[in-house]
Amino acid sequence: MNIKKYIKIYSLFLYTSIASELEYKYNVIIDFITAILSLIGSLFLLTIFFQNTDNIGGWNFEQALVIQGIYTILNGITNTWFNPNLTEIVKHIREGTLDFVLLKPIDSQFFISLKKISPSGILEIILGFSLLFYCISINQININLGFLFLCLTTLFCSIVILYSLWFLISTTTIWFVKTWNATEVLRSFLYIGRFPLNSFSFSLRIFFSIFVPIAFITSIPSEVILGIAQVWEILFELIVAGIFFMVSRRFWFFALKYYTSASS
Amino acid sequence: MFNLNKNKLITLLKVQYSNMLEYRVEIALWAISGIIPFFMLNIWTNNNLNESINLSNEMLSRYFLSAFFVRQFSVVWVVFTFEEDALLGKLSPYLIQPLNPFFRYLAQHLAEQITRFPFALIIAIIFFLINPGSLWIPSLGLFLCSCLSTFFSFLIQFLIQSIIACLCFWTEKASSIERLLFIPTLFLSGLLAPVISFPEFVKSWIYITPFPYLIDFPANILSGNNTNLISGFLMQIFWILVLFPIFKRTWSLGTKKYTAMGS
Repeated sequence: MNIKKYIKIYSLFLYTSIASELEYKYNVIIDFITAILSLIGSLFLLTIFFQNTDNIGGWNFEQALVIQGIYTILNGITNTWFNPNLTEIVKHIREGTLDFVLLKPIDSQFFISLKKISPSGILEIILGFSLLFYCISINQININLGFLFLCLTTLFCSIVILYSLWFLISTTTIWFVKTWNATEVLRSFLYIGRFPLNSFSFSLRIFFSIFVPIAFITSIPSEVILGIAQVWEILFELIVAGIFFMVSRRFWFFALKYYTSASS
Repeated sequence: MFNLNKNKLITLLKVQYSNMLEYRVEIALWAISGIIPFFMLNIWTNNNLNESINLSNEMLSRYFLSAFFVRQFSVVWVVFTFEEDALLGKLSPYLIQPLNPFFRYLAQHLAEQITRFPFALIIAIIFFLINPGSLWIPSLGLFLCSCLSTFFSFLIQFLIQSIIACLCFWTEKASSIERLLFIPTLFLSGLLAPVISFPEFVKSWIYITPFPYLIDFPANILSGNNTNLISGFLMQIFWILVLFPIFKRTWSLGTKKYTAMGS
């Protein structure tokens, strides 16, 4: 692994994909409006829940806002990087262009996962962070270095878990060819990340922490920000992120053994 | 513009149904991806949020199950197919045929709904197994009413999306407009929370928009919740009558504009 080389390649990826995205300028603007509306919609739903109660699952409104912030950031990251790239895998496999990727002298997972970028999600990331800063001020949280370090670590772990889930599902394309809809299932599951894990019933909680670890993705970073996270939770998230990343990488190379290329 | 007879319709449906059967797994997955209402139900009942809107747990679970069904049979994706066909020039041969290509898309949607039906039924059975208290059988009249209103809801969404799809003739990528419009549909249609739970300042204007008639109205009929049948149907028909001429106009303007990619 030559890190310098990969950084250089990535800056080229950035340049080409932003150039091609800006061809559709109006699209970018419309996507920006969509991102803003989507956040307003989530807040609207949250106010409905809090109309006649002061907590759901033990979280009050100000605390639940933190989860919305984290969710918005992660959704922005998904829309900027994961969605445009990993839906492309389907195309690569259907049209046989994965051959060209595999022939290149760089890591295939790197190429497949980072080739494209769609700028529309970046606004969502900014919105998410603004909401988070607002929450930090209304919840009167003291910021110090240790706190920042923990926040960024758990957030990073969440991104890794999210990426691994997306990548795992996209990899199954090698067998099923069309997994567009499988990513839709993941999308609908991710939807529950907008709400505190404790607001769901016990069985759903188990499902979303063991089988599909969506619960960690937003709940643990939010708990860290609010200062109510347990040490074991943070360690657990680190371990889950590590395992998922390794499994997704292994699975990709395993799946490649079954890749037969189109029309050959 | 619309020279459609019974034979053409049946043939179209048959062809599209066999087409859809080939993608059974895809459609099954799609049916699963519609289970968001059940997560919402879980939040509502688990936190006793429904006490404030005077809906018992049973009624609320029936509402969300009905919302799931209505959504299953009113999902529209014509803009995505149309965009691809227009971009790749596949639209040209369709335009030569003496049949508006939107009938083909309509048949695709109907065929997909028929394919989807068994999967939706399985999900409903699982739901009743977990939640036996909410089992109910709607009266035949109400059931037919809800079927009709679901179909109207489908038509409204189909017309809106077809109008957006026609914008492909001008902008090439119209699906981003659809994604924009999907946000109010998601939050205001009653898929995530019944419209009666909305705050007053939203309820005062929402019933003039088409949104509550997409999910909330048919789901309320099916689940047996209180709803005004006559005004609901009138509003649905009103929106269909408003949208249809707009679609016709954009279509005829758009086809004149069409330049057929790659030719």
